[in-house]
Amino acid sequence: MITFKGRIGLFIPCYIDQFYPQVGIATLELLEKLGLDVAYPFRQTCCGQPMANSGCEEDARKVYQKFVANFSSFDYVVSPSGSCVYHVRKHYNILEQTEDVKKVRQNTFELCEFLLDVLNVDDLGIHFPHKVGIHQSCHGLRGLKLGTGSELVFEKQSKVHKLLSKAKGLEIINLDREDECCGFGGTFSVFQPDISVKMGKDRIADHQKNGAEYITATDTSCLMHLEGIIRRNNKPLKTIHIAEILNTWKP
Amino acid sequence: MISHSKAAKIFLQDEPRTDWHDQALWFVRQKRDGAVKQLPEWEKLRETASQIKEATLSNLGSYLEQFEKQAIKNGVQVHWAVDASEFNRCVLEIIQKHKATKVVKSKSMLTEECHLNPYLENAGIEVVDTDLGERIIQFRNEPPSHIVLPAIHLKKEEVGELFHEKLGTNKGASDPAYLTQAARGHLRKKFLQADVALTGVNFAVAETGALVVCTNEGNADMGVNAAKVQIHCMGIEKVIPRTKDLGVFTRMLARSATGQAVTTYTSHYLKPEKGKEMHVIIVDNGRSEILAKPYYRNSLKCIRCGACMNTCPVYRRSGGHSYGYTIPGPIGSILSPNNNLKKYGNLAFASTLCGSCSNVCPVKINIHEQLYNWRQQVAADNLLSPIKSISMKMAAKVLANSRLYQLFGKMARVAVRISPRLLLYNKLNTWGEGRELPIPPNYSFNEWYRINRKQ
Ligand code: SF4
Repeated sequence: MITFKGRIGLFIPCYIDQFYPQVGIATLELLEKLGLDVAYPFRQTCCGQPMANSGCEEDARKVYQKFVANFSSFDYVVSPSGSCVYHVRKHYNILEQTEDVKKVRQNTFELCEFLLDVLNVDDLGIHFPHKVGIHQSCHGLRGLKLGTGSELVFEKQSKVHKLLSKAKGLEIINLDREDECCGFGGTFSVFQPDISVKMGKDRIADHQKNGAEYITATDTSCLMHLEGIIRRNNKPLKTIHIAEILNTWKP
Repeated sequence: MISHSKAAKIFLQDEPRTDWHDQALWFVRQKRDGAVKQLPEWEKLRETASQIKEATLSNLGSYLEQFEKQAIKNGVQVHWAVDASEFNRCVLEIIQKHKATKVVKSKSMLTEECHLNPYLENAGIEVVDTDLGERIIQFRNEPPSHIVLPAIHLKKEEVGELFHEKLGTNKGASDPAYLTQAARGHLRKKFLQADVALTGVNFAVAETGALVVCTNEGNADMGVNAAKVQIHCMGIEKVIPRTKDLGVFTRMLARSATGQAVTTYTSHYLKPEKGKEMHVIIVDNGRSEILAKPYYRNSLKCIRCGACMNTCPVYRRSGGHSYGYTIPGPIGSILSPNNNLKKYGNLAFASTLCGSCSNVCPVKINIHEQLYNWRQQVAADNLLSPIKSISMKMAAKVLANSRLYQLFGKMARVAVRISPRLLLYNKLNTWGEGRELPIPPNYSFNEWYRINRKQ
């Protein structure tokens, strides 16, 4: 079915590695089930975004270099995090643009865009009988253009919707605000906790009001924040990374 | 000045009011969406507008000179002001030359920026803001909280109370039509009494010397036509090359600002009426410095539509006053650091970098990217808080070293697992103020992989 050839380096961002290994496992298993040659370089850590978004991209330089060193031997780098992928592509511009740096920046993909744009897989035939609200993580949506931001007057598209719309039993709920930010914002979440939490509460209320059982997203960071608020307030909602839904696929 | 995060915390203490504020502005954003989606060519218009501004900024000096030449030909008196104090003095001199004491003013963010009102009032001049929202906040003696909707932070009941006190409207009356009627009556008198009318400027057309002012209330026209002297105040970035460019911007301004196809009034002022005087003051006040910064110069493309405020999820939930700068919201957060990085650098962090502002901006200013860049500048100038700066340095050390990273990761997971709740959710844990920490798993992905995929 898939004629793709090439070695894939799996990039598992630090907070997924430490706190949400199930998201990494789902991503890995999914790529393996597709018959791809995937490896996880042990020595990887982080893309450097937490420092850079706080203004310290100079401090992050070494972390960037490490990332490039870990992944430059692969044909593709795939990650279940739109935000980190965006960071590598957009902000590794401060490194000297060696062949390795250029290659890594060009070939790092978020999982959904990798499936759709590189593998041309849009229907895995998954079965997920639930009502799902899609949280459009901002860096994926507006940075990687995984979808058309609601501000724009372009033809509407959304990679996440495309991947989930053919799933059996899965009902995508409509939201009042289709792509408002959840308020995570990296270190914003700890340095501006009040607004951050308020934004998260409002997002959750939108999903709840419209009948979602699950909130899914391309970014575990948004989900970690939303899950923290859901648990604090005992809301009847669950969070699930899109890789976990896609990995329910039984070939 | 308190930081944005502290001011936001105070704003958020009244959650129902925060929700009301958020919804009021979201409503404006939705109206904007409806209006722009009626133009299939919207994205092309944005690109065109951005390019016109780009070309103008690249040749700003000559367009300004061309404008000046045309304006003088039309019989307009042209003045230049390098900064706020020169501008204020210039306005006062014109007023005093005519022995005037009463001034009416239509909306102008530039005069807010230069604090013209208090300056004139100190010199014994009465200045009346004639835009309804501006008049409301002038009565309250506070700055605007939004550049297009200056009194958006106030509920109609509060305006009713204020008007009862200031204009003698019925106590408890809050019907907007009734209150507006009262304000009109009050302003009508002021218009008739005024000797001098001040306006802001939306666009200054270089090829004709025309000044274009967009309002919804017609108050610029009322002022200008009734007074003997008209003074138009513009920043140097307001000039556009040709009349035909104007159509691009007037199609975008009102749609972006309020979701109207066009502002109710688009007034073109070309020359003074017989026996009257027309002045224009062209103000720099830091703008040419921004022009000289390649990374930030396109913030000068701004047409002050306010769309980035309406769309900003942080602005909607913290209010315009939380920014502590004349121009609040995303655009204010990239303009203000030019003015004083130490004072306003914290505004670069008043954002999740969601990027909605850049998407909504009719002239395609890369607002969120400039915010990111200002953050780097804040750190480079050693203006980060010590705690942030040290924690980021430490994080970078750990994350540049695989072993250290795995060790710290494990320690964090264990700490979250075994610590008593009271210890974990302490004052330093700002995450935990409103959120639970993630439930730490027994193994990291890295550990799982080593066991399950050992080749
Ligand atoms: S930055 Fe753009 S969106 Fe914001 S006020 Fe200026 S023109 Fe409008």
